[in-house]
Amino acid sequence: MDFTFTEDQLSLSDAIHKFLMVEAAPELLREIWETESGRSAEMRAKLADQGLTALSVPEAYGGMGLGDLDWVLIQQELGYYAIPDSLTATAYLAVYLSKALPEDSKLKAHWLPKIADGSARIAVGHPINPFVADAANASLLLLWHADELHALRPSEATLTLNPSIDSSRRLYRVQWTPTDKTRVCGAEQGRELWQGVINRAGVAISAQLLGLAQRMLDLGTDYAAQRKQFGKPIGSFQAVKHHLADVAVKIEFARPVVQRAAQSLATGHPRASLHVSHARLVAGEAARLAARKSIQVHGAMGYTWEADLQMFMKRAWALDSTWGDAIFHKARIAEFVLAEGAALGPAETFTH
Amino acid sequence: MRLEYTERQKKFRAEVREWMAANVPKQALTSFDTKEGFAQHRAWEAKLNEGRWSAVTWPKELGGRSCDLIDWLIFEEEYWRAGAPLRVNQNGVFLLAPTLMEYGTDEQKARFLPRMAAGEDIWAQGWSEPGAGSDMAAIRTKAILEGDHYVINGQKTWSTRAVFADWCFGLFRTDPDSQRHHGLTFILLPLNLPGITIRPIKQLNGLPGFAEIFFDNVRVPAANRLGAEGQGWNVAMATAGFERGLMLRSPARFQKTAQNLVALYQRHREHADRDPSIRDAVLKSWMDAEAYALSTYQTASRLVRGGHIGPEASTNKIFWSELDLLMHETAMRILGARGELMPEAPEAAESAPWLDGFLFAQAGPIYAGSNEIQRNIIAERMLGLPRA
Ligand SMILES: Cc1cc2nc3c(=O)[nH]c(=O)nc-3n(C[C@H](O)[C@H](O)[C@H](O)COP(=O)(O)OP(=O)(O)OC[C@H]3O[C@@H](n4cnc5c(N)ncnc54)[C@H](O)[C@@H]3O)c2cc1C
Repeated sequence: MDFTFTEDQLSLSDAIHKFLMVEAAPELLREIWETESGRSAEMRAKLADQGLTALSVPEAYGGMGLGDLDWVLIQQELGYYAIPDSLTATAYLAVYLSKALPEDSKLKAHWLPKIADGSARIAVGHPINPFVADAANASLLLLWHADELHALRPSEATLTLNPSIDSSRRLYRVQWTPTDKTRVCGAEQGRELWQGVINRAGVAISAQLLGLAQRMLDLGTDYAAQRKQFGKPIGSFQAVKHHLADVAVKIEFARPVVQRAAQSLATGHPRASLHVSHARLVAGEAARLAARKSIQVHGAMGYTWEADLQMFMKRAWALDSTWGDAIFHKARIAEFVLAEGAALGPAETFTH
Repeated sequence: MRLEYTERQKKFRAEVREWMAANVPKQALTSFDTKEGFAQHRAWEAKLNEGRWSAVTWPKELGGRSCDLIDWLIFEEEYWRAGAPLRVNQNGVFLLAPTLMEYGTDEQKARFLPRMAAGEDIWAQGWSEPGAGSDMAAIRTKAILEGDHYVINGQKTWSTRAVFADWCFGLFRTDPDSQRHHGLTFILLPLNLPGITIRPIKQLNGLPGFAEIFFDNVRVPAANRLGAEGQGWNVAMATAGFERGLMLRSPARFQKTAQNLVALYQRHREHADRDPSIRDAVLKSWMDAEAYALSTYQTASRLVRGGHIGPEASTNKIFWSELDLLMHETAMRILGARGELMPEAPEAAESAPWLDGFLFAQAGPIYAGSNEIQRNIIAERMLGLPRA
């Protein structure tokens, strides 16, 4: 039993943290909002330079061959900096799908190297989401149809933009016709694969929500330390302190749940879906509380377009219901906890 | 990361499970806040000690098993799983003992620890005074060195289990001219010394779970001082650190309550589901108890690898005390009009343990550093916000 990360894992995420601090400043994110795609080739190139696009691509296809547990710390950083890129769908979800396909699959040979070098953008669509993010500027769409996996070019589908409150997101209604040609994998294997996608998206989002919560807490703390009223920093007033302390508590007890869910995916734990849904719910709670408390601490400044807080709040609100909303995830918790003879209670936390 | 137990850990769990199955009393003991119940619980401590289970984290030569924190968690899981009695000596075993090991002389360790492990000395804590609650540095009870004895005058209060306990540890002002956290000394004393008067205080459930302790020229040998004179605050903070940190409330306790809550809900589901917020609270209880366990395993793993507990430990106290309230409030909502029955009521078999727990849960956010004080600590030491 050892619930710690390796030095390598920690130093990689630390390096990414320091890198993004410089390379993903809020002003830059605002510039990227203004573009049509909401994505930036320079930002993508920087992420690729750091090895992030290659992270879980197998070494045989030009990647680093790392896994779910390595991703979770990176995802926390992507959340902390609200990185506007289809990195997760491309380099985590699409890679997961491709890896599961047979060696002779075109998807694998053609796309994995392109994902690794950063040149491909892949959008992933499943009916758990009404819209497909980043469909228009994707090089490839990977879509669900009756539990099958289909691959097509965006030009083969009709895409309708549905703008999001998160200015960095680009959501599309995708209309398309499945054919034998687009089918990459049948329903039997597909069912399990899509479950794996939902769970990996779940861990990625939970980790991003954790990062977002931490960022909102940091913004609130910094603001409270600087802003003076009644001749003192507002952060010296206890009501303000306690708002922020409550957020710290929520983050503290969400983090291990999220990190355990990643490990459960990495090891193929039979209760991985339960662990992911638990992670989604607690990380969502932490991020929503962080948003509420941070805006309160900011006063009217927090209600403006100008204050950076908005980009993290809106990202959190949007992500919280993506790839399964709280209704979906709570149902998965209930299914386990309320089953007859459920393995509850002390000594069951790590059993199978 | 490896979230599986080693073979050795599995064997250890099996050993605990087997011993508990053979030895945990079949019938629940009487509350240790009664004379009779206190004696029963003392006997249970002795029994635990016979099996060398009363202080598993202590070194072998002191009667423990030199268990690391992961083993301790396994032990606690099996302990609560088996429905074993509450630990009447928890303040000694979990709070004073680690401090004794850090600050005590070899002679003090040999004198106090084996008797503590065997339940021969049950310990009470003496921090709070009428004028010093959250503000512990306002302690006024004096202990003035005269020759080789301290002479103690003053009053402690809210001292848990002091009505029946044998010994007390706490902070006393040894420098009468000192202010705040200076001039305080950590002293251990038997509660049967001449000049000590103990006045029981009834708690919410009507039992004398804590007491006032009055000192009238009580003479305590200077050898009972723990750590240096005037250094008591630092020694005490070590105790408070352990308390807030890990050992005061192991996650297994809350996982057991969450499990019981799910079972209660299942038995009354038809009625309870008419208010959907109950189901939600039941699920949240299970999730939060698991989260507390995961967090503790993560902290324990870090400590086993040589890490330290920082100010984030203050988040623990808030989390478990609020969880405990949530679970018991939810149970009371499910029990509805039967929840109010006293334990002796003929029809209280199902509800009485919940009422008892509900009452005790009210105290969780108050003792061991109130949750407001914990939030202050988080804001100032973890987030770095300015002091008032
Ligand atoms: C069941 C139980 C067992 C106990 N056992 C022991 C024991 O064995 N030994 C022992 O020494 N003591 C014990 N105590 C006492 C306990 O440590 C104190 O109750 C606690 O420290 C709070 O002090 P107080 O009761 O004087 O409350 P006060 O300090 O008067 O606080 C009252 C309220 O004011 C709030 N408050 C006070 N100061 C601040 C501040 N700076 N900022 C914000 N809010 C503040 C508190 O949070 C609380 O809500 C026990 C208490 C209970 C309930």
